[in-house]
Amino acid sequence: MRKLFRLVSLLFVIAIVASACAPAATPAPSEPTVIEITRIVQGTPQVITATPAPTSAADVEGTILIDGSSTVAPVTAAIAEEFQAEYPNVRVPVGISGTGGGFKKFCNGETDISNASRPIKESETELCEQNGIEYIELPVAFDGLAVMVNPKNDFVECLTVEELKKIWEPEAEGKITKWSQVRAGFPDRPLTLYGAGTDSGTYDYFTQAIVGKEGASRGDFLPSEDDNVLVQGIAGDENALGFFGLAYYEENKDKLKLVAIDNGNGCVLPTLETVSNGTYQPLSRPIFIYVNRARVDQKDEISAFVAFYLKNASKIVKEVGYIPLTPELYELAQKRYDNRITGSIFEGRGSTVGVSLADLLAKEQQ
Amino acid sequence: MNTSDFLSPVELQRLQQRKRYGKLFELFALMAVLIGIVVLLTLLIDVFLDGLPWLRPELFTQFPSRFPEKAGLRSALQGTLWLAVITAVLSFPIGVAAAIYLEEYAQDNWFTRFIEINISNLAGVPSIIYGLLGLGLFVYGLNLGRSLLAGALTMTLLILPTVIVASREAIRAVPRSIRLAAFGVGATPWQTVRDHVLPYAMSGILTGTILAMSRAIGETAPLITIGALTYIRFDLRGPLDIFTVLPIQIFNWISLPQKEFQQLAAAGIIVLLGVLLLLNTTAIILRIRLQKRW
Repeated sequence: MRKLFRLVSLLFVIAIVASACAPAATPAPSEPTVIEITRIVQGTPQVITATPAPTSAADVEGTILIDGSSTVAPVTAAIAEEFQAEYPNVRVPVGISGTGGGFKKFCNGETDISNASRPIKESETELCEQNGIEYIELPVAFDGLAVMVNPKNDFVECLTVEELKKIWEPEAEGKITKWSQVRAGFPDRPLTLYGAGTDSGTYDYFTQAIVGKEGASRGDFLPSEDDNVLVQGIAGDENALGFFGLAYYEENKDKLKLVAIDNGNGCVLPTLETVSNGTYQPLSRPIFIYVNRARVDQKDEISAFVAFYLKNASKIVKEVGYIPLTPELYELAQKRYDNRITGSIFEGRGSTVGVSLADLLAKEQQ
Repeated sequence: MNTSDFLSPVELQRLQQRKRYGKLFELFALMAVLIGIVVLLTLLIDVFLDGLPWLRPELFTQFPSRFPEKAGLRSALQGTLWLAVITAVLSFPIGVAAAIYLEEYAQDNWFTRFIEINISNLAGVPSIIYGLLGLGLFVYGLNLGRSLLAGALTMTLLILPTVIVASREAIRAVPRSIRLAAFGVGATPWQTVRDHVLPYAMSGILTGTILAMSRAIGETAPLITIGALTYIRFDLRGPLDIFTVLPIQIFNWISLPQKEFQQLAAAGIIVLLGVLLLLNTTAIILRIRLQKRW
């Protein structure tokens, strides 16, 4: 029996040594439950003013639970990084479960803020209503979808939306297989297609914007959920045409060639400027955060976080490869938050193409 | 005198033919070994070339960041080590007790056989299914939330079949004569198990458990299902805190557009390999030290 005890204690010692090897594995013994957040705001009681300004950043404590889109996650995570540097006692975990998965948790009351790469859908709004959850919808940045070819491709500089539709619509499957079929004058070379995976918001948005119906496209293209795989594919295939998020182009400029898009008003390349002022159409979309209305009153740290987000987004959004809104739009978004305006400015339409956020937000403020 | 002296030319030819076949098989077996080694080496060299420059102290002391030079594995490493400890503490006693019951106490009837078949089948269930079970049972059912404890319980379920099967093998390998001798001098079944069977079986049990733990540490799918795919910039406070683990942090880094993050991911893979190697080494050392011959 003594032997057995020795063995078991040996196992424990190994376990303890292993955990001690972690430089910072020193969990505080107290505060066992963080899921049930205990919020301690010292000093002032519940303030529901426009921008609750606590006396000092260190006084704000708590946890802000965020989940949702993988497209928006890098932006929110970058904001959370800076926010936690300024507010050391607020914990901001940013989960990634997709826009749809995020809304499911959000409308179930599991999260405080949901990241979304498209506006909330009718069905999701209904789920939120069933559970009595109201939300404040705030645009935080633009994401441009880039259409790309191989750098050795010397004949494609610009494609019209009609040409892209001809390539990608479901009817094109098995028929449009050569570049010469896309436009007279293009060489008689095979056309190979690469695109975002069919489960992604990127695919939903591309098909909505180009084909006109969400989720409708030909099936004979090479899909990948990992944009880095698409980069490799297009970079290694002279006949390739593909689409994915602009951020991935920025990191691989030397391997890819960007194609300008003609939406009837001439060819426009996606740049910081053209995406942000809305001239790069229809492949730029706003991305959002959704804030649980009731939690705003319960947790002051949320208001601090949202204000920090909208104030610093211009700079941080660029750092992670996305395109910031105009300063006026961030102000309008902050106003929307201050006035606690709930509901979606898109009225449950899901992916919406060619919207002017400025118009929608400005209309609402009147 | 050699073989050609007493073998006819036809026989000699046959002999040489058989020897050729023998050589051919040896070559085939060697190729089979080389395929495994070459693939492993290619992977290792690729990962080390990418990741080695990023294997620096900051990797262990820093939280993940949008700046690769400031990014580290601190929260993921904490998550993995705590997950390993809690999973080991939970699965070891349950797994060994189940194995002892099935080997030493259970009658050989349909019920026992039913349990045995189930355990063997459970060992082959895809890990994502355990993730869904964990989500329903621990995250929502027991209301543990997306916590470390929910993750560890899910991992415990995942590796229990392996632990039980390995422990049963180890217990079965203890000769029957030892049990009979113990009974012969009047020991109760519990005394026999405690003082004679377990000490002999322990090295095998520990090896099996630690190998199962290696699997738990490398698993990603069930933890993503229960919501551990999370960006975390704070220290773990306890078993009910939200968490993330090494494989998930690696997965997250690989999907980012910047090249530096892919190199960081390679460095993360080296760390994960290091942790796994450490565990397997422990298993081997334990086996050697605890080996007891009958």
